[in-house]
Amino acid sequence: MTDGAVEDVASFSRRARAWIESNLELLDPAAYERAFRTDLSEEEELAEVSRERRLQRVLYDAGFAGICVPTAYGGRGLTPAHQRAFNEALTGYEFPARIQSPTFAPCLSVVLEFGTEEHKRAHVPAILRGEELWMQLLSEPGGGSDVAGALTTAVRDGDQWVLNGSKIWTTGAWWSDWALCLARTNWDVPKHRGLTVFILPLRQPGIEIHRIEMLNGSKEFCQEFLTDVVVPDSDRIGEVDDGWTVGVRWMFHERMLYESPLVTFSTSVSRSFASTSYTSLARAAGRLDDPSAQELVGEARMLDVVNERLHERIGQAVASGLVNDQVAAVARLFKGVASARTRTIAFELAGTTGAAWGPDDGPLVDRGADFLMRQTGSIGGGTTEMARNVISERVLGMPRERSADRDIPFRDVPRGPSGDRRHG
Amino acid sequence: MQLRLTEDQQSLRTTTTKYLSSAVPVGQLRKLREHPAGFEEEYWRQGTELGWTSLLVPERRGGGSVSGRALVDATLLAHEFGRHAAPGPFLSCNLAAAALGAADPAGHDDVLGDLLSGSSVVSWCFAERGPAGHRPEGLALQIAFEGDEPVVNGEKRPVEAAAQASHLLVSGRSAGGFSQVLVPVDTPGVSMEPMHCVDLTRRFWTVRFDDVRLPRHAVVGEAGGSGRQLEAQLRAGLVLLAAESVGAMERAFDMTVEWAFDRYTFGRPLASYQELKHRFADMKTWLEAGHAITDAAAEAVDGNDEGVEELVSIAAAFVGQYGAELVQDCVQIHGGIGLTYEHDLHLFLRRVTLNRALLGTPALHRRHIAALLAEDEAR
Ligand SMILES: Cc1cc2nc3c(=O)[nH]c(=O)nc-3n(C[C@H](O)[C@H](O)[C@H](O)COP(=O)(O)OP(=O)(O)OC[C@H]3O[C@@H](n4cnc5c(N)ncnc54)[C@H](O)[C@@H]3O)c2cc1C
Repeated sequence: MTDGAVEDVASFSRRARAWIESNLELLDPAAYERAFRTDLSEEEELAEVSRERRLQRVLYDAGFAGICVPTAYGGRGLTPAHQRAFNEALTGYEFPARIQSPTFAPCLSVVLEFGTEEHKRAHVPAILRGEELWMQLLSEPGGGSDVAGALTTAVRDGDQWVLNGSKIWTTGAWWSDWALCLARTNWDVPKHRGLTVFILPLRQPGIEIHRIEMLNGSKEFCQEFLTDVVVPDSDRIGEVDDGWTVGVRWMFHERMLYESPLVTFSTSVSRSFASTSYTSLARAAGRLDDPSAQELVGEARMLDVVNERLHERIGQAVASGLVNDQVAAVARLFKGVASARTRTIAFELAGTTGAAWGPDDGPLVDRGADFLMRQTGSIGGGTTEMARNVISERVLGMPRERSADRDIPFRDVPRGPSGDRRHG
Repeated sequence: MQLRLTEDQQSLRTTTTKYLSSAVPVGQLRKLREHPAGFEEEYWRQGTELGWTSLLVPERRGGGSVSGRALVDATLLAHEFGRHAAPGPFLSCNLAAAALGAADPAGHDDVLGDLLSGSSVVSWCFAERGPAGHRPEGLALQIAFEGDEPVVNGEKRPVEAAAQASHLLVSGRSAGGFSQVLVPVDTPGVSMEPMHCVDLTRRFWTVRFDDVRLPRHAVVGEAGGSGRQLEAQLRAGLVLLAAESVGAMERAFDMTVEWAFDRYTFGRPLASYQELKHRFADMKTWLEAGHAITDAAAEAVDGNDEGVEELVSIAAAFVGQYGAELVQDCVQIHGGIGLTYEHDLHLFLRRVTLNRALLGTPALHRRHIAALLAEDEAR
């Protein structure tokens, strides 16, 4: 809009619907599922990523990318209500599903919250155009729950930093462009006080990316080896040794994924755990009239819908400051537990076909393979155990767990059972 | 409960909270254990002055919501009833009042007036024995018509406060659909027998109707055409039960959190054991999810949204299941004391247990959700 007036949500929504109907294709649920599946060849995977980048560009050109991002950085400067309206309007249509997380949340959220003016001008428009896909380099082989225990080290060298170490569990790093990276800049203070956050391009000689084969054959997870990676001090996010301030918000944005006003998704599919309906599973298994199958279908649907409503409630409560940020862990915990349960239900509904299927088994195909990966949703994005710690300690105020790393220099913290560092 | 309340909603809620805290503290609940009705008439009458029976009745019939969203308002009261394990036929009177208030052609002004002022109680006779007796299509009780005069035959159970009621609002099957009739309790052919109940203060009866002959004006709404109204009452009832259970869950949870800080074993408070902290985290998650789904269902009923029937059954299935799980876990974390009559926890356990089963168990609602999904996909 040129006159500076904010377009009201209703008219924005009408405009979005009209544009979506004539410019986007209907979503193929099977293709959506495939986005998180394993059997694509490297070429097919890259082709899918390119397609999504183009789709993101199409959104950008039409003025529907970065709906809540300030106009100065290429966004539309509108409100979360506009983004919600757009997501509603997307129901049933294709959208760039694989590149939403972590690029838009948490990475874009962190850059907008903590980045310098230069960072924002350089990267935000590029992200909105689908030119930069981002990764989060947080977890390390030595530990993901204890994020603040990062060993990857950045050493200052004039006006630049030299990074060494290894990060792991990044989905799709091999086709991504940039990353947020949490690194240790001071070993002589307690762990939370010696961290700093940097941004860096992933495609560079100092970074070697290995793909990790998961138990279901997927090779989307990666491990990065950083060897003498040089990052200019101007690509630091936040203050030196104050990376934990950034990190806390970073993980908050990660937990809020689908409540983030920066994430574009089709409301109907992204929040339920499976786009294939439980009813169609029961039908394919010939169990539509089996009361025990009906109960399972009802339970799975119940968990999907409750999960959705809980996320909405917590999103609103956090956004309006009625509760503290840490309450986001409640939604995270529910989702993790419920996703494990619904995968179990899908496997159960499939019966024997869940364990051994043929090509013509329709929606029953792969249910056993999904079951093998059942815990994914309870581990990724911080484990459900960590969410339980956060809820009990930060929401309910219960005593913190004993830890052996508080108030001592990080270099003296025990990191394994070896030698005299063994404790217990 | 809703995240944000209007000022009027806030005052609706706090007046009831204050009243319940002073009128029916836990000591009083224990005394009511031996009371034949489970509540004092005067307690109920004063409560109705706070809006207990008027929210679901339109203004032109003497009622009125405080926010324009009648069921949402009523859930605020139900929540407080749960938090206090409060006595009284809240559910039954509200659903009867809703039926009388919605009836077209309007009638029964005197009965509705008494219901609103708390000078009498009307019991809704809906559920029946048997696996489908919590759904309209499973009803067997017959409301036949001789000429245009209704004749009722069949049995209803559990019926709340039947012996305290002046009238019974009976839902049944007629040729071509469902009807509802208002039956004075002293009508020949009406008989009742008390049941036992898990709740300390709520009383239920089995009510039999043997050739109960009524005048034409006993019909509430349209003879043979009250199916929709019946569904509406059922939905409102399920949402109120869920809201009440969430209130009871919340109270049990709060009590147990406090206990976990105060109770020491091995020189540490229970709240410092990770095993228990994690259980509290799970409970907190169920509690918040219970709030979220109940509020969503209440809003959907008020807005007559698409998919409302499914959402209501989802709320019933979820809160029914996790409400009872939560309070049972609270009992577990209390240890032996949690199983005693002396401790207050059982008051809330009783309430969620009653509500879990009153209008269909979680398993039945799960199957109903599945049936709705299958219908939806067949379309
Ligand atoms: C789908 C998916 C996507 C991911 N994406 C990313 C990503 O983009 N970037 C990234 O950096 N990482 C990512 N991860 C990694 C993820 O964040 C970590 O796997 C996770 O935080 C757990 O860390 P860990 O694997 O090292 O397990 P550990 O931290 O070693 O934990 C092992 C087990 O011990 C439990 N545990 C640990 N500490 C405690 C405690 N104090 N109390 C109770 N229990 C405890 C854990 O819950 C877990 O069950 C992803 C993981 C998955 C599955």
